[in-house]
Amino acid sequence: MSLYYVQKLLYELNRRPEVRKEFCADPQQVLQQYKLDEEEMRAITERDIGMLYILGVNGQILMHFAAMCGYEWPQYIQAMRDALHKHGNVRAGVYATTDGKGAI
Amino acid sequence: MSLVFAGICSHAPGITGRKKMADPDDATSFYNAYHQMRDALEASKPDAMIVIAAEHFANFFMNNMPAYCIGMADSYSGPIEDPEWLGIQRTTIPGTPQLSRHIIQSVLQQVDTAYAEEWLFDHGISVPLHFLTPRYDLPIIPVNINCQGPPLTPLHRSWAFGAAVRQACDSVPQRVALIGTGGISHWPATPDSGKINEQWDRDFLERWVNNDRERLLDYSDEHIYHDAGQGGFEIRTFIAVAAAMKGAKGTLHYYRPIPIFAVGCTIATANLAIEA
Ligand SMILES: [Fe+2]
Repeated sequence: MSLYYVQKLLYELNRRPEVRKEFCADPQQVLQQYKLDEEEMRAITERDIGMLYILGVNGQILMHFAAMCGYEWPQYIQAMRDALHKHGNVRAGVYATTDGKGAI
Repeated sequence: MSLVFAGICSHAPGITGRKKMADPDDATSFYNAYHQMRDALEASKPDAMIVIAAEHFANFFMNNMPAYCIGMADSYSGPIEDPEWLGIQRTTIPGTPQLSRHIIQSVLQQVDTAYAEEWLFDHGISVPLHFLTPRYDLPIIPVNINCQGPPLTPLHRSWAFGAAVRQACDSVPQRVALIGTGGISHWPATPDSGKINEQWDRDFLERWVNNDRERLLDYSDEHIYHDAGQGGFEIRTFIAVAAAMKGAKGTLHYYRPIPIFAVGCTIATANLAIEA
Protein backbone atom coordinates (compact mmCIF):
# COMPACT_ATOMS: atom_id res chain seq x y z
CA MET A 1 0.00 0.00 0.00
CA SER A 2 1.92 2.99 -1.23
CA LEU A 3 -0.53 5.61 -2.36
CA TYR A 4 2.24 8.17 -2.22
CA TYR A 5 4.23 6.44 -4.97
CA VAL A 6 1.18 5.69 -7.12
CA GLN A 7 0.39 9.39 -7.08
CA LYS A 8 4.04 10.31 -7.59
CA LEU A 9 4.22 8.22 -10.75
CA LEU A 10 0.98 9.69 -12.14
CA TYR A 11 2.18 13.18 -11.22
CA GLU A 12 5.40 12.60 -13.18
CA LEU A 13 3.44 11.22 -16.13
CA ASN A 14 1.20 14.27 -16.13
CA ARG A 15 3.93 16.86 -16.08
CA ARG A 16 6.91 15.29 -17.87
CA PRO A 17 6.50 14.32 -21.53
CA GLU A 18 9.72 12.26 -21.43
CA VAL A 19 8.35 10.05 -18.63
CA ARG A 20 5.14 9.66 -20.60
CA LYS A 21 7.11 8.55 -23.65
CA GLU A 22 9.14 6.08 -21.63
CA PHE A 23 6.00 4.73 -19.98
CA CYS A 24 4.27 4.17 -23.30
CA ALA A 25 7.33 2.41 -24.73
CA ASP A 26 8.17 0.24 -21.70
CA PRO A 27 5.82 0.56 -18.71
CA GLN A 28 7.71 -1.98 -16.57
CA GLN A 29 10.92 0.02 -16.86
CA VAL A 30 9.11 3.05 -15.40
CA LEU A 31 7.05 1.13 -12.82
CA GLN A 32 10.08 -0.48 -11.22
CA GLN A 33 11.38 2.94 -10.23
CA TYR A 34 8.49 3.33 -7.77
CA LYS A 35 7.67 1.36 -4.64
CA LEU A 36 4.39 -0.21 -5.72
CA ASP A 37 2.59 -3.35 -4.63
CA GLU A 38 1.03 -5.81 -7.05
CA GLU A 39 -2.47 -4.38 -6.89
CA GLU A 40 -1.16 -0.90 -7.62
CA MET A 41 1.00 -2.12 -10.51
CA ARG A 42 -1.95 -3.94 -12.00
CA ALA A 43 -4.26 -0.92 -11.69
CA ILE A 44 -1.70 1.25 -13.47
CA THR A 45 -0.75 -1.18 -16.25
CA GLU A 46 -4.38 -2.04 -16.91
CA ARG A 47 -5.33 1.68 -16.85
CA ASP A 48 -7.98 0.74 -14.28
CA ILE A 49 -9.10 4.27 -13.45
CA GLY A 50 -11.85 3.07 -11.10
CA MET A 51 -9.42 0.99 -9.05
CA LEU A 52 -6.94 3.86 -8.85
CA TYR A 53 -9.74 5.99 -7.44
CA ILE A 54 -10.54 3.32 -4.84
CA LEU A 55 -6.85 3.16 -3.91
CA GLY A 56 -7.13 6.86 -3.08
CA VAL A 57 -5.50 8.70 -5.98
CA ASN A 58 -6.47 12.38 -5.92
CA GLY A 59 -8.82 13.25 -8.77
CA GLN A 60 -6.67 16.23 -9.70
CA ILE A 61 -3.98 13.72 -10.62
CA LEU A 62 -6.21 10.90 -11.79
CA MET A 63 -8.31 12.86 -14.29
CA HIS A 64 -5.20 13.65 -16.34
CA PHE A 65 -4.04 10.04 -16.36
CA ALA A 66 -7.56 9.08 -17.46
CA ALA A 67 -7.45 11.61 -20.29
CA MET A 68 -4.00 10.31 -21.25
CA CYS A 69 -5.49 6.80 -21.43
CA GLY A 70 -8.23 8.05 -23.76
CA TYR A 71 -11.13 8.28 -21.31
CA GLU A 72 -13.82 10.78 -22.24
CA TRP A 73 -15.14 12.85 -19.31
CA PRO A 74 -18.42 10.94 -18.71
CA GLN A 75 -16.53 7.65 -19.03
CA TYR A 76 -14.02 8.81 -16.41
CA ILE A 77 -16.79 9.70 -13.94
CA GLN A 78 -18.58 6.43 -14.66
CA ALA A 79 -15.43 4.37 -14.11
CA MET A 80 -15.17 5.75 -10.56
CA ARG A 81 -18.86 5.14 -9.85
CA ASP A 82 -18.67 1.58 -11.13
CA ALA A 83 -15.61 0.92 -9.00
CA LEU A 84 -17.41 2.11 -5.86
CA HIS A 85 -20.11 -0.47 -6.58
CA LYS A 86 -17.62 -3.19 -7.23
CA HIS A 87 -14.98 -2.56 -4.57
CA GLY A 88 -16.69 -0.48 -1.88
CA ASN A 89 -15.40 2.77 -0.50
CA VAL A 90 -12.18 4.64 -1.21
CA ARG A 91 -9.47 3.15 0.97
CA ALA A 92 -7.09 6.03 1.61
CA GLY A 93 -6.33 9.64 0.83
CA VAL A 94 -8.52 12.70 0.85
CA TYR A 95 -11.69 10.87 -0.27
CA ALA A 96 -11.51 8.04 2.24
CA THR A 97 -14.53 9.36 4.10
CA THR A 98 -16.64 10.25 1.07
CA ASP A 99 -19.73 8.09 0.74
CA GLY A 100 -19.05 8.32 -2.99
CA LYS A 101 -22.57 7.50 -4.05
CA GLY A 102 -22.70 10.26 -6.62
CA ALA A 103 -24.82 13.36 -6.58
CA ILE A 104 -26.28 13.47 -10.07
CA MET B 1 0.98 52.99 -6.27
CA SER B 2 -0.72 50.04 -4.83
CA LEU B 3 -3.49 47.66 -5.53
CA VAL B 4 -5.55 48.97 -8.45
CA PHE B 5 -7.81 45.96 -8.92
CA ALA B 6 -8.85 42.93 -6.93
CA GLY B 7 -11.30 40.16 -7.64
CA ILE B 8 -12.12 36.49 -7.46
CA CYS B 9 -13.12 34.07 -10.18
CA SER B 10 -13.64 30.38 -10.90
CA HIS B 11 -10.97 28.29 -12.61
CA ALA B 12 -12.49 24.83 -13.14
CA PRO B 13 -11.11 23.14 -16.27
CA GLY B 14 -14.61 22.31 -17.52
CA ILE B 15 -15.26 26.04 -18.04
CA THR B 16 -13.16 25.91 -21.20
CA GLY B 17 -12.73 22.17 -21.71
CA ARG B 18 -16.37 21.16 -21.56
CA LYS B 19 -17.94 24.32 -22.99
CA LYS B 20 -19.67 22.39 -25.78
CA MET B 21 -21.39 20.12 -23.24
CA ALA B 22 -22.87 23.09 -21.33
CA ASP B 23 -26.26 24.73 -21.71
CA PRO B 24 -25.58 27.63 -24.10
CA ASP B 25 -27.08 30.23 -21.75
CA ASP B 26 -24.93 29.01 -18.87
CA ALA B 27 -21.77 29.21 -20.93
CA THR B 28 -22.58 32.53 -22.62
CA SER B 29 -23.69 34.34 -19.49
CA PHE B 30 -20.65 33.22 -17.53
CA TYR B 31 -18.26 34.03 -20.38
CA ASN B 32 -19.85 37.50 -20.56
CA ALA B 33 -19.29 38.02 -16.85
CA TYR B 34 -15.64 37.05 -17.33
CA HIS B 35 -15.36 39.50 -20.25
CA GLN B 36 -16.76 42.28 -18.07
CA MET B 37 -14.21 41.43 -15.43
CA ARG B 38 -11.53 41.78 -18.12
CA ASP B 39 -12.89 45.23 -19.06
CA ALA B 40 -12.71 46.33 -15.42
CA LEU B 41 -9.21 44.90 -15.06
CA GLU B 42 -8.01 46.71 -18.21
CA ALA B 43 -9.62 49.96 -17.07
CA SER B 44 -7.51 49.81 -13.91
CA LYS B 45 -4.37 49.99 -16.11
CA PRO B 46 -2.29 47.46 -14.18
CA ASP B 47 1.45 47.03 -14.72
CA ALA B 48 1.30 43.46 -13.43
CA MET B 49 -1.15 40.99 -11.98
CA ILE B 50 -0.75 38.68 -9.01
CA VAL B 51 -2.77 35.50 -9.39
CA ILE B 52 -3.39 33.62 -6.15
CA ALA B 53 -4.40 30.16 -7.24
CA ALA B 54 -4.74 26.69 -5.84
CA GLU B 55 -2.79 24.53 -8.23
CA HIS B 56 -3.45 20.86 -8.75
CA PHE B 57 -0.15 19.00 -8.59
CA ALA B 58 1.39 20.69 -11.61
CA ASN B 59 4.48 21.92 -9.77
CA PHE B 60 4.16 20.97 -6.15
CA PHE B 61 3.86 17.48 -4.74
CA MET B 62 3.88 15.78 -1.37
CA ASN B 63 7.65 15.30 -1.55
CA ASN B 64 8.12 18.96 -0.63
CA MET B 65 4.83 20.81 -0.42
CA PRO B 66 4.95 24.54 0.32
CA ALA B 67 1.94 26.04 2.07
CA TYR B 68 2.62 29.24 0.09
CA CYS B 69 4.74 29.87 -2.96
CA ILE B 70 5.31 32.96 -5.13
CA GLY B 71 6.75 32.88 -8.64
CA MET B 72 9.87 34.86 -9.54
CA ALA B 73 10.55 33.84 -13.14
CA ASP B 74 11.10 35.81 -16.35
CA SER B 75 8.35 33.86 -17.99
CA TYR B 76 6.05 30.93 -17.38
CA SER B 77 4.43 28.36 -19.61
CA GLY B 78 1.10 26.67 -19.62
CA PRO B 79 -1.31 25.14 -19.58
CA ILE B 80 0.32 21.90 -18.50
CA GLU B 81 -2.87 20.01 -19.41
CA ASP B 82 -3.51 18.61 -22.84
CA PRO B 83 -4.57 21.71 -24.85
CA GLU B 84 -7.41 19.79 -26.51
CA TRP B 85 -8.69 18.56 -23.17
CA LEU B 86 -8.59 22.01 -21.59
CA GLY B 87 -9.54 24.00 -24.68
CA ILE B 88 -6.62 26.41 -24.21
CA GLN B 89 -3.51 26.54 -26.38
CA ARG B 90 -0.05 26.28 -24.81
CA THR B 91 1.74 29.58 -24.58
CA THR B 92 4.41 31.58 -22.81
CA ILE B 93 3.26 34.07 -20.20
CA PRO B 94 5.49 36.99 -19.23
CA GLY B 95 6.72 37.30 -15.66
CA THR B 96 8.24 40.24 -13.85
CA PRO B 97 11.15 38.93 -11.76
CA GLN B 98 12.16 42.25 -10.23
CA LEU B 99 8.68 43.06 -9.00
CA SER B 100 8.22 39.45 -7.87
CA ARG B 101 11.37 39.73 -5.83
CA HIS B 102 10.14 42.90 -4.09
CA ILE B 103 6.81 41.31 -3.34
CA ILE B 104 8.40 38.12 -2.00
CA GLN B 105 10.87 40.02 0.15
CA SER B 106 8.07 42.10 1.59
CA VAL B 107 5.73 39.14 2.21
CA LEU B 108 8.56 37.33 4.02
CA GLN B 109 8.32 39.97 6.74
CA GLN B 110 5.02 38.39 7.74
CA VAL B 111 4.73 34.92 6.22
CA ASP B 112 7.41 32.34 5.37
CA THR B 113 6.52 31.91 1.72
CA ALA B 114 8.49 29.72 -0.66
CA TYR B 115 9.44 31.10 -4.06
CA ALA B 116 9.97 29.46 -7.44
CA GLU B 117 11.80 30.43 -10.63
CA GLU B 118 10.11 27.65 -12.57
CA TRP B 119 6.37 27.27 -12.80
CA LEU B 120 4.06 25.45 -15.16
CA PHE B 121 0.60 26.96 -15.09
CA ASP B 122 -2.31 24.56 -14.83
CA HIS B 123 -6.01 25.33 -15.25
CA GLY B 124 -5.97 27.18 -11.90
CA ILE B 125 -4.16 30.06 -13.61
CA SER B 126 -4.59 29.27 -17.31
CA VAL B 127 -8.40 29.37 -17.30
CA PRO B 128 -8.61 32.85 -15.69
CA LEU B 129 -5.83 34.22 -17.94
CA HIS B 130 -7.58 32.84 -21.01
CA PHE B 131 -10.43 35.25 -20.24
CA LEU B 132 -8.68 38.12 -18.48
CA THR B 133 -5.45 38.55 -20.44
CA PRO B 134 -6.14 36.65 -23.66
CA ARG B 135 -3.16 38.28 -25.43
CA TYR B 136 -0.85 37.29 -22.57
CA ASP B 137 0.60 40.78 -22.53
CA LEU B 138 0.30 41.53 -18.82
CA PRO B 139 3.18 40.33 -16.62
CA ILE B 140 1.98 37.79 -14.10
CA ILE B 141 3.15 36.89 -10.61
CA PRO B 142 1.77 33.42 -9.84
CA VAL B 143 1.05 32.54 -6.24
CA ASN B 144 0.03 29.19 -4.86
CA ILE B 145 -1.72 28.23 -1.67
CA ASN B 146 -1.72 24.49 -1.11
CA CYS B 147 -5.40 23.54 -1.08
CA GLN B 148 -4.99 19.99 -2.43
CA GLY B 149 -2.65 17.92 -0.31
CA PRO B 150 -3.41 18.06 3.44
CA PRO B 151 -2.17 19.07 5.94
CA LEU B 152 -3.27 22.49 4.71
CA THR B 153 -2.48 25.96 5.97
CA PRO B 154 -5.18 27.25 8.38
CA LEU B 155 -7.64 29.84 7.10
CA HIS B 156 -6.35 32.55 9.42
CA ARG B 157 -2.88 32.12 7.89
CA SER B 158 -4.37 32.55 4.41
CA TRP B 159 -5.79 35.80 5.72
CA ALA B 160 -2.38 36.82 7.09
CA PHE B 161 -0.83 35.91 3.76
CA GLY B 162 -3.32 38.07 1.84
CA ALA B 163 -2.68 40.97 4.20
CA ALA B 164 1.06 40.55 3.63
CA VAL B 165 0.53 40.58 -0.15
CA ARG B 166 -1.39 43.84 0.20
CA GLN B 167 1.35 45.37 2.30
CA ALA B 168 3.83 44.30 -0.38
CA CYS B 169 1.71 45.89 -3.12
CA ASP B 170 1.52 49.11 -1.12
CA SER B 171 5.32 49.26 -1.01
CA VAL B 172 6.00 49.20 -4.76
CA PRO B 173 5.54 51.98 -7.35
CA GLN B 174 3.79 49.74 -9.88
CA ARG B 175 0.05 49.47 -10.38
CA VAL B 176 -0.76 45.95 -9.25
CA ALA B 177 -3.88 43.90 -9.92
CA LEU B 178 -4.74 40.89 -7.80
CA ILE B 179 -7.06 37.99 -8.42
CA GLY B 180 -7.86 34.89 -6.43
CA THR B 181 -8.99 31.83 -8.33
CA GLY B 182 -10.70 28.74 -7.04
CA GLY B 183 -13.94 27.06 -6.35
CA ILE B 184 -16.35 27.42 -3.50
CA SER B 185 -18.23 24.17 -2.82
CA HIS B 186 -17.38 21.51 -5.38
CA TRP B 187 -16.32 17.90 -5.70
CA PRO B 188 -14.10 18.12 -8.78
CA ALA B 189 -12.79 15.05 -10.57
CA THR B 190 -14.70 12.67 -8.28
CA PRO B 191 -17.87 10.59 -8.78
CA ASP B 192 -19.64 13.59 -7.24
CA SER B 193 -18.40 15.93 -9.96
CA GLY B 194 -21.21 18.38 -10.71
CA LYS B 195 -22.49 18.46 -7.14
CA ILE B 196 -22.65 22.06 -5.90
CA ASN B 197 -23.94 23.31 -2.55
CA GLU B 198 -25.53 26.55 -3.73
CA GLN B 199 -26.72 27.60 -0.30
CA TRP B 200 -23.26 27.17 1.17
CA ASP B 201 -21.74 29.09 -1.75
CA ARG B 202 -24.14 32.00 -1.45
CA ASP B 203 -23.51 32.22 2.27
CA PHE B 204 -19.75 32.21 1.71
CA LEU B 205 -20.03 34.89 -0.99
CA GLU B 206 -22.13 37.04 1.31
CA ARG B 207 -19.32 36.87 3.87
CA TRP B 208 -16.84 37.69 1.10
CA VAL B 209 -18.63 40.75 -0.31
CA ASN B 210 -19.07 42.10 3.22
CA ASN B 211 -15.39 41.34 3.85
CA ASP B 212 -16.43 39.89 7.17
CA ARG B 213 -13.13 38.56 8.50
CA GLU B 214 -14.60 36.80 11.48
CA ARG B 215 -17.17 34.89 9.46
CA LEU B 216 -14.79 34.16 6.58
CA LEU B 217 -12.48 32.43 9.03
CA ASP B 218 -15.29 30.66 10.85
CA TYR B 219 -14.97 27.32 9.08
CA SER B 220 -13.15 24.14 10.00
CA ASP B 221 -11.71 21.92 7.28
CA GLU B 222 -13.88 19.13 8.60
CA HIS B 223 -17.00 21.18 7.96
CA ILE B 224 -15.73 22.41 4.61
CA TYR B 225 -15.11 18.83 3.52
CA HIS B 226 -18.55 17.76 4.66
CA ASP B 227 -20.55 20.67 3.22
CA ALA B 228 -18.41 21.87 0.34
CA GLY B 229 -16.26 18.93 -0.70
CA GLN B 230 -12.50 18.79 -1.01
CA GLY B 231 -12.81 21.50 -3.67
CA GLY B 232 -14.08 23.81 -0.92
CA PHE B 233 -10.57 23.92 0.54
CA GLU B 234 -9.83 26.41 -2.24
CA ILE B 235 -11.72 29.16 -0.37
CA ARG B 236 -8.22 29.95 0.95
CA THR B 237 -7.47 31.89 -2.23
CA PHE B 238 -10.67 33.95 -1.91
CA ILE B 239 -9.95 34.60 1.76
CA ALA B 240 -6.44 35.84 0.93
CA VAL B 241 -7.91 38.32 -1.56
CA ALA B 242 -10.45 39.51 1.00
CA ALA B 243 -7.59 40.24 3.39
CA ALA B 244 -5.73 42.11 0.66
CA MET B 245 -8.80 44.32 0.18
CA LYS B 246 -7.98 45.87 3.55
CA GLY B 247 -11.56 46.28 4.70
CA ALA B 248 -13.03 47.24 1.31
CA LYS B 249 -16.23 45.48 0.45
CA GLY B 250 -16.89 43.61 -2.78
CA THR B 251 -19.52 43.24 -5.46
CA LEU B 252 -20.78 39.90 -6.70
CA HIS B 253 -21.24 40.13 -10.47
CA TYR B 254 -22.06 36.53 -11.27
CA TYR B 255 -22.89 33.33 -9.48
CA ARG B 256 -24.55 30.33 -11.03
CA PRO B 257 -24.13 26.63 -10.32
CA ILE B 258 -23.14 25.01 -13.62
CA PRO B 259 -22.81 21.26 -12.98
CA ILE B 260 -21.02 20.43 -16.24
CA PHE B 261 -18.36 22.97 -15.24
CA ALA B 262 -18.31 21.20 -11.84
CA VAL B 263 -18.47 24.44 -9.84
CA GLY B 264 -20.70 27.35 -8.88
CA CYS B 265 -19.31 29.81 -11.40
CA THR B 266 -18.34 33.04 -9.71
CA ILE B 267 -17.10 36.52 -10.61
CA ALA B 268 -16.73 39.18 -7.91
CA THR B 269 -14.58 42.27 -7.55
CA ALA B 270 -13.45 44.54 -4.76
CA ASN B 271 -14.79 48.06 -4.38
CA LEU B 272 -11.37 49.62 -3.97
CA ALA B 273 -11.05 53.35 -3.44
CA ILE B 274 -8.50 54.27 -6.11
CA GLU B 275 -7.00 57.63 -6.89
CA ALA B 276 -6.81 58.09 -10.66
FE1 LIG C 1 -9.14 24.01 -8.37
